[in-house]
Amino acid sequence: MQRYILSRVIQSILILFGVLFIIFFMLQLTGDPVSLMVSRNATPEQIEALREEMGFNRPMVIQFADFITGAVVGDFGMSLRHRQPAMKLILERLPATVELAAVALLLSLAIGIPLGLLGGSNPKSVWDTLARGAGLMGQTIPNFWLALILIVVFSVNLGWFPTFGRETYEFMGLNLPTRSVILPSFALGLFTTGQIVRFTRSAVLEIKNEDYVRTAYSKGLSENHIYIRHILRNASIPLISIVGVQFGYLLSGSIYIETIFSWPGLGNLLAESIGNRDFALIQAIAFFTSLVVVALNLLTDIAYGLADPRIRYGD
Amino acid sequence: MENGKSAGLSTGLRIDERAESGFLHSLSYVGKLLWRDKAGMIGLIMFLTVAAAAIFAPWLAPYNPLKQDLRSAKIPPAWTERGDISHPLGTDNLGRDILSRIIYGSRVSLTVGFFGVLIACSLGLLIGLISGYAGGRTDNMIMAGVNLILALPYLVFVVFIAAILGRGLLIVILIFGFTDIPIFVRITRGEVLRIRESGYVESAMSIGASKWRIIFRHILPNLIGPLITIATFEMSAMIFYEAGLGFLGLSVPPSVPSWGNMLATGRKYLTIYPWIATFPGLAIVFTGLGMNLLGDWFRDVLDPRMRRVKK
Repeated sequence: MQRYILSRVIQSILILFGVLFIIFFMLQLTGDPVSLMVSRNATPEQIEALREEMGFNRPMVIQFADFITGAVVGDFGMSLRHRQPAMKLILERLPATVELAAVALLLSLAIGIPLGLLGGSNPKSVWDTLARGAGLMGQTIPNFWLALILIVVFSVNLGWFPTFGRETYEFMGLNLPTRSVILPSFALGLFTTGQIVRFTRSAVLEIKNEDYVRTAYSKGLSENHIYIRHILRNASIPLISIVGVQFGYLLSGSIYIETIFSWPGLGNLLAESIGNRDFALIQAIAFFTSLVVVALNLLTDIAYGLADPRIRYGD
Repeated sequence: MENGKSAGLSTGLRIDERAESGFLHSLSYVGKLLWRDKAGMIGLIMFLTVAAAAIFAPWLAPYNPLKQDLRSAKIPPAWTERGDISHPLGTDNLGRDILSRIIYGSRVSLTVGFFGVLIACSLGLLIGLISGYAGGRTDNMIMAGVNLILALPYLVFVVFIAAILGRGLLIVILIFGFTDIPIFVRITRGEVLRIRESGYVESAMSIGASKWRIIFRHILPNLIGPLITIATFEMSAMIFYEAGLGFLGLSVPPSVPSWGNMLATGRKYLTIYPWIATFPGLAIVFTGLGMNLLGDWFRDVLDPRMRRVKK
């Protein structure tokens, strides 16, 4: 197990170096990164001054080494727009994104697992149709469009939720979510909900036919007991990997939702910095989200290895 | 189809011939399966509807999608109280006909999806064949790159790249075409490794079939099924992502009628003129639904190993 973890850790570190490489050289792709950052009517002097300030007139190798050494200690330089360290801005915005992603994941699990279970255990029933429909909808409805429709229906017409913004409720020093998180997290979690429904449904369909389930039935165990102790339990091992991957997706995929709801998180910051052509900040966000996603994948794989011995010995 | 070209009575040839006649047979079989699977049939019809809209847009669209007419701006859909039958889905903030713009918008979506998948699939196929066939260090290096790209948060990187490269149809196609290569590399490589181990390739090798013969006669035909299936899903995903980029103002220029650009406009007027954002979204859902139903059906028919999972 230790060897398995060690090899996955090394792999993850290599991936992060690859990410830094991509992020750095992407900006050089256009030839002159400074031309991307300035407005169209900047004077040559202003451009030269910025080039000096950002250190773009140094040799490429030095720039890259500098970038890497900075990145290792979390220093991605200053945001041009905010005049503050990029990493500081990111950490400020992080709680809002984590809240959104966590609520979205909980909603997806709360809807997805029961629906998948009901669908899978009653094939061809109304529940099954509903489960298959939800799986398909999750894949085909764009979350940015759903968010707009939810706002029109539930905020504008019914007035149940605020149309945008994040409100928190302070309790014992903690900022707890309020109903303002419901619509954005539902829209964000749509794809994940679909995936969990699909996965649970097909896992149940498959496991239902296993020998040990038939044995359980023949022993006269109750339906509920079999579903909870045998079917759901066996389905939950691969579910770990789905949940891990999906949480990474939710944390990194909130750019549309956060923009639409003016949610003060990382996705919003990314959209903003694209508008401002603030590339130091864009690079920092791209790296930070990659770091989170790679770390989550690593944790998922380790959890998976702990839960399922076949994984850790197979590798 | 060149069939039984080399004379001789080798076992390999007879196997090939059987595969060939099996192909024609399976074509009519596929048609029958499609007819039986109603969901797949509906998916195909939905997809063909969108394709027809894209191809025949100039004849189908009632108006020029770019024509502005401020006197007839912000007309709601025809079935509402203030609606006007001459603009069935209403008009946008500049008086442009929404139905016409949706019809023309299908051109952007399908172009991006089709050419994006074409690039990703052909390059992915090539690289995957090399990776699976060469093995060793080449394979390791290719797979390291593939795993690196697949480990990235896709949306963030697509947005990052699009922000650097700027707006334009070709740019969007290239971004999706290149970032999607790893998916096809992985599928191709996996299939190559699997098929290489199979009994029939082993027997073809043992009677001295050349490397190219094995690739073209044994490996490629087996790859068609999985690749078509993945291509359908990936094309639908690209249409989805293109609209998302458009929504952020990072896809085709704002003057081009595309579903993403229409959504971006609609968002600004969301609370007062909600129909501007509603219909392009429905068009995306319609296309995605059609392609997903079609993809599910492809998977069932072309890849029998997957049938077990579904139902």
